[in-house]
Amino acid sequence: MQSQIDGSVSLTLLSGVKRELRLRRGREKESRMTVQQLNSFRTGPDEHGHFGIYGGRFVAETLMPLILELESAYAQAKADPAFTKEMDGYLTHYVGRPSPLYFAERLTAHCGGAKIYLKREELNHTGAHKVNNVLGQILLAQRMGKKRIIAETGAGMHGVATATLCARFGLECIVYMGSVDVERQKANVFRMNMLGAKVVPVESGSKTLKDAMNEALRDWVTNVESTFYCIGTIAGPHPYPMMVRDFQSIIGRETREQLQAAEGRLPDSLIACIGGGSNAMGLFHPFLDERGIEIYGVEAAGHGLDTGMHAASIAGGRPGVLHGNRTYLLMNEDGQINEAHSISAGLDYPGIGPEHAWLNDVGRITFLSATDDEALNAFQLLSKLEGIIPALEPAHAIAKVLELAPGKPKDHLMVVNLSGRGDKDLDSVARHLEGRVR
Amino acid sequence: MTTRIDARFAALKKEGRAALVTFTVAGDPDYATALAILKALPKAGADVIELGMPFTDPMADGPAIQAAGLRALKAGQNMHKTFTAVHEFRGGDDATPIVLMGYYNPIYIYGVDKFLADAKAAGVDGLIVVDLPPEEDLELCLPAIKAGLNFIRLATPTTNDKRLPTVLKNTSGFVYYVSITGITGAAAPDTGKVAEAVARIKRHTKLPVCVGFGVRTAGHARAIAQSADGVVVGSALVEAVRQSLGADAKATSATMPAVTDLVRKLAAGVRGAQRVFMQP
Repeated sequence: MQSQIDGSVSLTLLSGVKRELRLRRGREKESRMTVQQLNSFRTGPDEHGHFGIYGGRFVAETLMPLILELESAYAQAKADPAFTKEMDGYLTHYVGRPSPLYFAERLTAHCGGAKIYLKREELNHTGAHKVNNVLGQILLAQRMGKKRIIAETGAGMHGVATATLCARFGLECIVYMGSVDVERQKANVFRMNMLGAKVVPVESGSKTLKDAMNEALRDWVTNVESTFYCIGTIAGPHPYPMMVRDFQSIIGRETREQLQAAEGRLPDSLIACIGGGSNAMGLFHPFLDERGIEIYGVEAAGHGLDTGMHAASIAGGRPGVLHGNRTYLLMNEDGQINEAHSISAGLDYPGIGPEHAWLNDVGRITFLSATDDEALNAFQLLSKLEGIIPALEPAHAIAKVLELAPGKPKDHLMVVNLSGRGDKDLDSVARHLEGRVR
Repeated sequence: MTTRIDARFAALKKEGRAALVTFTVAGDPDYATALAILKALPKAGADVIELGMPFTDPMADGPAIQAAGLRALKAGQNMHKTFTAVHEFRGGDDATPIVLMGYYNPIYIYGVDKFLADAKAAGVDGLIVVDLPPEEDLELCLPAIKAGLNFIRLATPTTNDKRLPTVLKNTSGFVYYVSITGITGAAAPDTGKVAEAVARIKRHTKLPVCVGFGVRTAGHARAIAQSADGVVVGSALVEAVRQSLGADAKATSATMPAVTDLVRKLAAGVRGAQRVFMQP
């Protein structure tokens, strides 16, 4: 049945195929077994970039050589104490780390249950957790000799962080942003322009984050030799999900030390919002193997999960392949990607990082969701109770804290990742609240 | 057993000319018009037919093919209809190879085993799946080979000599050389560089090498056909479809001729290169 392949006898190829397919079946079986017998949740991905069946490197051949080069450059940097030292220096003096772990006394009193701590990532330079990852990637780009940086952005926080570090290191910066997001995050567009970045509005598809990522990938395919693609979340082809997680894990490592200092012990629960999931994984990853710790990821339920107008890939999606990795995606029955919906531009994405997909399947993370309205209420409540205006993204996490915390005992320590500040959202929140606020 | 692809390239080699490989999107602008175009392609001069499987998020395609895919999806195209079109085509043409080209997610969701069985039954000969590099061969490439379909790999300017053997390892039918680093329908390739690249790939394989991305005119096609075994034209044909549409974005009486006229010109270009190709 086989055509002749490159002059060699087809039978040889076919037996090779059968052997590799047997290997695949073996690997799938093994992966099912691992779920039951896992010694650690922190060993992934494997050498092919897989977290269970998720992850991988589903990209055009043009990008593949560069992705392999990136993988090897990152492995070298990770093993180089000079790289770590350089990062630490900038994290301390430029980003302003460590970010405080703050006991939210009035929020705690309001809920009347768990003792709630906020991990104040919104106090980082540029106003969100995004800078932790961008710093790592820009230092890596420097090592690789790349002078042109591209990025996609949704809410604009990753774009702002990328523009900021490109300004700091004198690099050309192009940020792709859906034209819908350009409209609802004007302040961030202005910030990026001020920092010297070129913001390219993306008019294709749903004109949001997914389309910005498509367009960034198209740019990368075109300018592959000169360009470093600085991905903003723990998605995309391997090694991005692993690399971005590593850079963001400082959130969880600091939290561990800070809570030890404040309470003399580890937290009982962790909670964070999830679009792609980088702020969440940054907090969660160092704690995954402490199995007594409850871990909650909060997806954006938009108008409600039953309306179809949401961005909750775990709750309303299924495994598929997009943007270089296999993960849970929102799509129709033919595998065509659906548009996500969320009031928060940063969560408005029809997918989720592959490591989250796997941790969902093995039951280590519990996924919840919060609607636009719940997030808006939490946004206002935290502003008034603590004098902290959160971004709409972590407002989704706060919304679920309001549900979870009252049911917990008073000695239950709950840490919420306050991943960004709300300045960027004031215009759009004001529009949503028009007629509702006196 | 050789596939239709192997047979077609063997026959063209005897003729001493390159193949014209056309790319259009299944279901663009609607099922019936796309099927009529498909059936008319061989007579207009297409030697190998690539049929695009529409996808919402084609990350390696330029605006023309993105728009074509969305037109097809809006008109209700899906994998089942694509197979039906191929089956109908096979009723009148058992020789022209058909290669389905697209992205993995719609295939994955359709189900790999079912996809391969249905593709084979419909009369599909090969597959090009843009987002499946050799690193993901277990997904579809190896099952496709086992099912008797050619899996045609893309080689690009970034695929260096060290990597070429990896790319070529499980490739069959032909090798698709992407002439530029970029998306479909972008700038025209430099024919001198293309000739060098084709020669480089041919040092690693006996398979035919077809060249695509950025080829728009009969002149480009002729120049590329001097060194390559085939010339792929996609965005220009898809753009011809778009330009022929009425104000309501529906097909008109001009749609099919717009495509077939351009295919005829391109075919003349490719065939015109024969003489240059044959001379030392």
